[in-house]
Amino acid sequence: MKQDFKAAGARPAPLRKKSVVDRVNGAARKLPAWAVYIVGLLPVPWMFYLAQTGGYGPDPVKGLEHALGQWALQLLIAGLAITPLRRFAGINLIKFRRALGLLAFAYVSLHLTVWIALDMGLFWAQMLGDVIKRPYITIGMTGFLCLIPLALTSNNRSIRKLGPKWRSLHKLVYLAVLLGGIHFIWLVKGVQLEPLIYMAVILALLAVRLPHFAKVRA
Amino acid sequence: MANRWISTLTKKDVTPEASFLNRRQIMAGALAGAGLSSIAGGLHAAPDGLEPNSYEDITQYNNYYEFGTGKSDPAENAHTLTTTPWSVEIAGLVDKPATYAMQDIIDAMTIEERIYRFRCVEAWSMVVPWNGFELADLLNLAGVQSGAKYVAFETAFRPDEMPGVKYPVLEWPYVEALRLDEAMHPLTLMATGIYGKPIPNQNGAPLRLVVPWKYGYKSIKSIVRITLTDTQPPTSWNKANPGEYGFYSNVNPDVSHPRWSQASERPIGGGLFAGRQPTLMFNGYEDEVAGLYAGLDLVANP
Repeated sequence: MKQDFKAAGARPAPLRKKSVVDRVNGAARKLPAWAVYIVGLLPVPWMFYLAQTGGYGPDPVKGLEHALGQWALQLLIAGLAITPLRRFAGINLIKFRRALGLLAFAYVSLHLTVWIALDMGLFWAQMLGDVIKRPYITIGMTGFLCLIPLALTSNNRSIRKLGPKWRSLHKLVYLAVLLGGIHFIWLVKGVQLEPLIYMAVILALLAVRLPHFAKVRA
Repeated sequence: MANRWISTLTKKDVTPEASFLNRRQIMAGALAGAGLSSIAGGLHAAPDGLEPNSYEDITQYNNYYEFGTGKSDPAENAHTLTTTPWSVEIAGLVDKPATYAMQDIIDAMTIEERIYRFRCVEAWSMVVPWNGFELADLLNLAGVQSGAKYVAFETAFRPDEMPGVKYPVLEWPYVEALRLDEAMHPLTLMATGIYGKPIPNQNGAPLRLVVPWKYGYKSIKSIVRITLTDTQPPTSWNKANPGEYGFYSNVNPDVSHPRWSQASERPIGGGLFAGRQPTLMFNGYEDEVAGLYAGLDLVANP
């Protein structure tokens, strides 16, 4: 009996895990990065369709604005998960990271455009006041500004040109996603669970980058 | 004492249900104002151009955190609220403190229609055709004693029927309050219906307050207790965040909320491209209520 146990325990658990990881990595190798752009942009026409056909209820402006903002935050979080996934699980999705980042920027830009044009109705003076005076808008806008240089340098030429500086510059995404999470917490009334869950995930993904965790390698 | 205030928003009777048109459909169908008015002939057209939101808008877009914080949560979840039987305890500085059965209250009151602007602190607005009676009539029924200065209200607290109270979004039960003169003002309504139908649960059935010159959260829903006091009672949002929500909470485009400029508002129901409109002082009821606050610094007393 003891021997059986040992035999069972010795069965190749690492091998089984590896095969799942292998399958994911294999599928990822076959999937071209441009497919991620296409799939990632599909929700946009769908959102506008919902907004025009009552899918967001009586207030399509807020529905659209929030859906875009939430997708932006989710894409930023997905981008943040790429490195830990490789380091701790051996899953290599790094070739999709640029697509996730640029998609996130596209969603943030659309989110901002909807706010400016549809939510604020081009009331520029009031918008300016809001950006300066209202912390959650100030924070959201700062996050957007952080993303601009990152989007502009998300190409091979910039990586070559900037060299090691590129890596330092793109650490700005940590700040941007943090600001996005705070923006979400701050804009809801009262204490609500959903934005706190987002923040917990963001903090966890940032924490594993701290030196203590970074030493651990799978 | 009913009918002390006549709406300037409409002179027309309640429109038959069949002729309600979804406003979005009207907007889609009418390219020009002329086309709109011909189609909208059956609606509550108002002399100054204001018309009530559709029944759908009013009953599908609600803030009623006891049933969830999403705007559609109350419409989805509030069906669990038991509204019959219902009673309202009127207590404190009144001659006849008692628990009044809802039916007895209705029998003693005159129900009238009031078409009011409704302005949320989140900077959106609607126009709602309420049915109800003046709060003053109910308070007079109970007999207000001379020492009373404030009126406190309390919403039902029923964890079995209210999924939202599991979460500490606010301290439950929801409470609100008015100064006595605000409560006695002829504009201050206790609503029992919308568009001539019994008020839906998500809108605060069976009895809610409507104070049209204050931000929506003052208009407390599903009231179970009314207490006359001589000291200023606590109010839910003020307790949660005194820096953002004052006791008075009068609609005031010049006093901005830390998170929402109150200078303008988005009218709900106009679709994606409805834009914004300037917010009116006291939500357009300045002539009626400004006198209540003579001598009060509205900036220092938000």
